[in-house]
Amino acid sequence: MASNSSSRRILGPFNRVEGDLEVNIEVDQQKITQAWVNAPLFRGYEQILHGKDPRDSLIYTPRICGICSISQSVAAAQAIASAQGLKPAQNGQLATNLILAAENMADHLTHFYLFFMPDFARDCYKDKTWFNDIAFRFKAQTGSSARDVLPARAAFLHLTGILAGKWPHSLALQPGGTTRPVESQERIRLLSTITAFRHFLQDVLFGAELEQVAALSSEEDLLQFVDQHNQYDFARFISIAQDLNLNHQGKASDNFMSYGAYPEDEHFLFNAGTWQQHLQTFNPEDIREDISHSWVNSKATAKHPFQGSTIPDSDETSGYSWCKAPRLNQQVMEVGAISRQVISGHPLIRDLVSKTGANVQNRVISRLLELALVVPAMENWVKQIQPGQSFCHESIIPQEAQGAGLVEAARGSLGHWLRVKNGRILNYQIIAPTTWNFSPRDSSEQPGALELALQGTEMDDDKTSAAMIQHIIRSFDPCMVCTVH
Amino acid sequence: MKPFNILWIQSGGCGGCSISVLNAELPDFYSSLKQSNIDLLWHPSFSETCGEDFLALLEKIENGQIQLDAFCLEGSVMMGPQGSGRFHLLSGTRRPMFEIIKSLAEKARHTLAIGSCAAFGGITMSGPNPGEATGLQFEGEIAGGLLDSSWLSNGQLPVINIAGCPVHPNWVIETLTQLALGEINPSQLDSFNRPRSYTKHLVHHGCPRNEYYEFKASAKRPTDLGCMMENRGCLGTQARADCNIRLWNGEGSCLRGGFTCINCTAPEFEEPGHCFTETPKIAGIPIGLPTDMPKAWFVALASLAKAATPKRLKVNSESDHIRISPGMHEEEET
Repeated sequence: MASNSSSRRILGPFNRVEGDLEVNIEVDQQKITQAWVNAPLFRGYEQILHGKDPRDSLIYTPRICGICSISQSVAAAQAIASAQGLKPAQNGQLATNLILAAENMADHLTHFYLFFMPDFARDCYKDKTWFNDIAFRFKAQTGSSARDVLPARAAFLHLTGILAGKWPHSLALQPGGTTRPVESQERIRLLSTITAFRHFLQDVLFGAELEQVAALSSEEDLLQFVDQHNQYDFARFISIAQDLNLNHQGKASDNFMSYGAYPEDEHFLFNAGTWQQHLQTFNPEDIREDISHSWVNSKATAKHPFQGSTIPDSDETSGYSWCKAPRLNQQVMEVGAISRQVISGHPLIRDLVSKTGANVQNRVISRLLELALVVPAMENWVKQIQPGQSFCHESIIPQEAQGAGLVEAARGSLGHWLRVKNGRILNYQIIAPTTWNFSPRDSSEQPGALELALQGTEMDDDKTSAAMIQHIIRSFDPCMVCTVH
Repeated sequence: MKPFNILWIQSGGCGGCSISVLNAELPDFYSSLKQSNIDLLWHPSFSETCGEDFLALLEKIENGQIQLDAFCLEGSVMMGPQGSGRFHLLSGTRRPMFEIIKSLAEKARHTLAIGSCAAFGGITMSGPNPGEATGLQFEGEIAGGLLDSSWLSNGQLPVINIAGCPVHPNWVIETLTQLALGEINPSQLDSFNRPRSYTKHLVHHGCPRNEYYEFKASAKRPTDLGCMMENRGCLGTQARADCNIRLWNGEGSCLRGGFTCINCTAPEFEEPGHCFTETPKIAGIPIGLPTDMPKAWFVALASLAKAATPKRLKVNSESDHIRISPGMHEEEET
């Protein structure tokens, strides 16, 4: 319980978090002792989908979120394919990987340059030696980096114009592949588009070949690299991280989960698994959604999403968020780039996490590292496309079936669970990445990942501690419109 | 010259219109605003200000200390549950967003709905409309949403509905720039108060599948090259937008991406009453005919066109790549 000296405060609204977020904190002796995270917007996608033709989920679900739109499409398509027992055409799988990677990489870039870094250009840091340089480069809307990043990002997203018609909200992603066949000369255009983006990353973000960044294998390696490339944006961030000790801020449960990202033949580019001190296999049957602290109507205990429901009830007195609390074997999992890289065994991330766990610094490094890992993979996928071969297989949807679609969005693990009866959607449940990371407490009063990450953070009246809370929150790259849908 | 200032708020939507606007090119979104002397006072994804500093800004606008030129709403207005607005309270306050939206619309010189959710309720209104979502000045096709049908802004315009799911970046940038220049009058808006600049076209205009359409050479499967109107639910011949004249993400559009137009700039597109990707028919004839086309003429022409379909179009329309080149040359690539 709170001691007499403690006080409670409501923080919000937060911006640059894709949607709405409110955080309640309890402060005692200038430290956050407890935090409660609230997702304040409810729309009701699960109810909207009930009774619809399963194929229509491909129109509705991408519109859950404008920044994770493709990820939602891929999960919906996979859920249907799994209900059909359909395996996508190989070209279609390659095109799906490319479209999804285009979204994920654009999101990592947008997060770093537009959502995360502008907080270091706040006036509260004006006495820092790095302030003038950072403010010039990253000040929200006016910083010089936007003029480099926005055109590079938009040009890179031409990939979606070619392969998916447009972004966001495409209908190109189908259970059996994609709707847009690629001809042989078009592969050259796809490759040129990716190469232009590679050059942007090499010339502006890293100051080095992507392969050199991907090969960093330890913290020592990283610091040496940063010394040699200190005029570039990646190194700029690492210097700030060291100065502000961002590797000691925002640690959560250090339990990681990944559904596996980018299927390649029988494997993933980044493996599926969980990490709780060591690597374990991931079993989707172990997922439960707890609703004890949500404004959701049900007397029942935590359920697997195939059996779950999402009926809002704002009078649920024990609730403090529209968000449910997903758990894996009753454990709080953190999802996102850092989880993928710990689980797939990238040596740099394993080394950093073994030293200081998941924190503000390591989450951001993981995201930027993925740019260096995935863009070269995209070049390979384009080369593997076989023009003239099928891009999409077809199959009917059984009158009664169920299927799950599990994908890795930029922000982490996204799952759709579909049950079909009499050819219509009987139940559709969605657990988004930020549902995991920003969940409320569960029935055993375990706080969610962000709630844990905020505990222990210094909180005096200084503006820099208010800024630190923002760094911690944004280090997860939250997507609140996905969280509660 | 004093910049034209904008406040941009999101409510019951997906944020996709903001993300789409960020796809603007030549120049990029920030440069476009600068070039048009537009000052984005606050935007949920792009601004530094948050928390109490944002609430202070809001107060200054609401009490008239800051004169707002344009208020942009993205996302539906959330009225539920039971009209309480609790489905969306502004973080850090207990205020329902719909109250804030109404108050800002009253203060601003112009109010814009960015995307079909803000304009008409949109996708958030689908199914049983669990959130009790509505649009700013329309609820679906019916005039009158959060604001009355007769409501006019201080600038003497109704809510300008830049509808689309999402919007094309240039629809937004050009409309805002024209507003800043004082160039928009009611005659430039269509019957749903959408800028005619982009709704005076049909999505069909510029569709690369037009030749297939002319000969009713139709696609059956998802990757077929033929016209998608007859079987795959495409509404491009009825949907009002310039999607195939002014392309998306460099060179895309829904139809170029191989999938059907779902008429996302129209109110109630979210509930077509049938599967989106299947054309409803009576006696083999699609129910929805191309806009302005007399039915008897369409039926007669379609049967004539079908009888006259060249082999090239027939074969290619049911293939995922061009098998026969113009001039009826069978040129199979190996």
